[in-house]
Amino acid sequence: MSFFTELKSLLKNNIRDYGMYIALFVIMLIFTILTDGLFLSSRNISNLLDSAGYIAVLAVGVMIVIVIRHIDLSIGFLAGFLGAIAAILLMETGLPVYLVIPIILIIGMIIGLSTGFLVANLGIPSFVATLAGWLIFRGALLLVTGDSGTLIIQDEAFNAIGNGYIPSIAQIGGLHLLSLLVGLFGILFFIYSSISKRKKMKSYNFEVVSKPIFILQLVFVSAIMGYITWILAGYNGLSWTLVIILLVVIVYHFITTKTVIGRHVYAVGSNPEAAHLSGINVKKITLLVFGSMGFLAALSGILFTSRLQAATPTAGTLFELDAIAAAYVGGVSSAGGVGKVTGAIIGAIVMATLTNGMNLLGVGISYQYMIRGGVLVLAVIFDVMTRKRAA
Amino acid sequence: MSEYILEMDQITKEFSGVKALHNVNFKVKKGEIHCLVGENGAGKSTLMKVLSGVYPYGTYEGNIIFEGNIQQFTKINDSVDTGIAIIYQELALFPDLSVYENLFVGNEIQSKGVVDWSETIQASKKMLEKVNLNINPETMVKDLGVGQQQLIEIAKALSKDVKLLILDEPTAALNEDDSENLLKLLRELKKQGITSIMISHKLKEVIAIADNATVLRDGNTICTLDASKGEVTENAIIKNMVGREISDIYPKRDKKNFGDKILEVSNWSAYDTQIGKQILKNINVNVRKGEIVGIAGLMGAGRTELAQSIFGNPKSYKVEGTLIVDGVERKFRHTSDAIKAGIAYVTEDRKGDGLFLAQDIKDNISIGNLKEIAVSGVINENEEIKVANEYKKDLTIKAPSIEQLVGNLSGGNQQKVSLGKWLFVKPNILILDEPTRGIDVGAKFEIYTIMNSLIEEGMSIIMISSELGEVLGMSDRIYVMAEGEIKGELLAEEANQENIMQLATQ
Repeated sequence: MSFFTELKSLLKNNIRDYGMYIALFVIMLIFTILTDGLFLSSRNISNLLDSAGYIAVLAVGVMIVIVIRHIDLSIGFLAGFLGAIAAILLMETGLPVYLVIPIILIIGMIIGLSTGFLVANLGIPSFVATLAGWLIFRGALLLVTGDSGTLIIQDEAFNAIGNGYIPSIAQIGGLHLLSLLVGLFGILFFIYSSISKRKKMKSYNFEVVSKPIFILQLVFVSAIMGYITWILAGYNGLSWTLVIILLVVIVYHFITTKTVIGRHVYAVGSNPEAAHLSGINVKKITLLVFGSMGFLAALSGILFTSRLQAATPTAGTLFELDAIAAAYVGGVSSAGGVGKVTGAIIGAIVMATLTNGMNLLGVGISYQYMIRGGVLVLAVIFDVMTRKRAA
Repeated sequence: MSEYILEMDQITKEFSGVKALHNVNFKVKKGEIHCLVGENGAGKSTLMKVLSGVYPYGTYEGNIIFEGNIQQFTKINDSVDTGIAIIYQELALFPDLSVYENLFVGNEIQSKGVVDWSETIQASKKMLEKVNLNINPETMVKDLGVGQQQLIEIAKALSKDVKLLILDEPTAALNEDDSENLLKLLRELKKQGITSIMISHKLKEVIAIADNATVLRDGNTICTLDASKGEVTENAIIKNMVGREISDIYPKRDKKNFGDKILEVSNWSAYDTQIGKQILKNINVNVRKGEIVGIAGLMGAGRTELAQSIFGNPKSYKVEGTLIVDGVERKFRHTSDAIKAGIAYVTEDRKGDGLFLAQDIKDNISIGNLKEIAVSGVINENEEIKVANEYKKDLTIKAPSIEQLVGNLSGGNQQKVSLGKWLFVKPNILILDEPTRGIDVGAKFEIYTIMNSLIEEGMSIIMISSELGEVLGMSDRIYVMAEGEIKGELLAEEANQENIMQLATQ
């Protein structure tokens, strides 16, 4: 097979996976042209990624919930509520940050598990159970922020999560050294793991892509990683928010694609009856997924509260719908069993890019909503069409 | 006009090259009760679907002559308008609606879209009288027994000026009293001049009620037996139902050495709490090492329920009895317990609860035993691909690669993936529920061959099948089930189609 035919068939067979990346690339390109390059400035990209953080984290969680054919509407106000609790623990109880964060994450997980209990053990439809949660957490948020309205957080360490950057060891020509090193390390790790994976597959006599294509893949991905690092290093470097997102992506990507639990999650989503007959404990998986959702909602609450440096009575409003939209743009299927962590993240970045780009262009908020709605519909149409073709 | 109300003449119906009906002739006299009998898959339901317009005119060959006119039904409503009503085995009622709403659904008494409910209730009372059903029409259908629900279906059919009433296994789900009632009603309707066709597996009923009985086998009309000449007897029906030779489509197994009992089920009963019915009654079965045990019976005999309850999937059943696996008494709380104890269950409905259609072959094969290829919860993907490729090769699964989605495979290949999934679990006892349903002859032979080689490796197999030929061709020992009970146990040497049929239709 020649280089180009292989490339073509590779693109064609993976159009659903690549489609999103291509769409993101096109959207970014359009904004860069329309803003005369302002969009792609270091400062803007850094801002964009930070502002996507709290939704991206929720999108990963809710993507998995949708994969097992459920939904969680309570996550927005749960995030807002837990963020407010964090603020209260910090400012009124005076607990240190290193205690507050794990406490909030654990509370989130316990609340998620309780939702999971309602759904898995009592058989309450997740839509209803989490709609009740939506109401309860909204009320709880109003209750805890009631006296003061807005609770300002004066804790530098906590506020750094949403606004701070990793320390720079030294500046080289105005570039953030540690960020450059992290990026470089990431690229090297990517190249190393790709090569070792290819070697292993060869040792099993599996089919691998031809060498030129393999090198092209390496160069392409490394170049993108390098470029993003370069841009970020040109401003303040890697933000803590971005570090947290990367960690969430790496951990969840690993769990969903490489572990037995991950496989069981997809099996339950694909066909719950068959999963049960295959010896999978469907209830346990459902509990686990809602538990993880609660954990991520807590993380999202921490990110958002820290970014605002305050707890407000309206924190978390509509987060759940933004996250669900991001998950669908990222290719999750409501029929269950299909969806990727990388997809959810890209979906969140696409939505954040649209908001950011349109803000730069001064597009009115009314049009922004309509355009984002249009993109959501287009993404799902694309998904349905490619799925049909594959079947 | 001829004495026949219905003549189906030279009906042939093909499904993608396979002839389900082959020049079938079927004649029903005006005012008679005509029974249609045959094995599962003989073509009875297909014939009735041709008649009712489910398979529209043009998709079959031959003529349907009803009341002297050739009919060309293109949709179900055409046959309904002509006066033909079918009542299917699965009732088409709305359980959460009342009796009167059910009776008039789609046929509401209305003026300008507004329903006249008091008129409806009045009219439904009259309809219920016609079928001797003495209930309040405002009762919810779900609160009625199956027998009463059946009568409501019949009442609904009668409201439409029906001339020919077709009942597809009406008594399959009924107890004896309800069955008796139903037969009584059919006789009354006959007095009113309504012709009935009844499909039934229960030969005693056929003998009790039929004026004529037509036997179908493998899509052919075998004969029509006349009760007035004393031709409708159990022996005559069974002989005509099964009278075919088992050809050599079943690969032979030479060595037969059976070991100890590996599975023993005793005093096994199950009660379905959802429908409030005893579904398994005091069952005693066992399986020895290296043995294929066939479980024969007609649909609804309780075979799948038996298998699933053994496999730790009791659904809404309350199960009693003892289960001994490999000498140890077991109680399975979950299917995973059964799998751990070495039992695998290949479901009869591979698309419904067997396979993950949106996942690829590899994921489907590995899902039951990921432990085997994982180190502390992390899957070794290369090992997984290797395993999947091995099963693809061993079971000759025809697909471009193991990354093919299972939803895109043919029935036979899907069945092999299903089998592969369970073989990878490495069970000692393999329960196969209808292992060859809906797959072609070639793939069937391959599945039989795989079964034989598994037995040679020391596995034991329980095979549930509605195909008598398959049960006889493959089993070492056969249990026959009917109405949730084991009606008999036969050795392969002494079993034949007649004695199995006799037990299954008791």
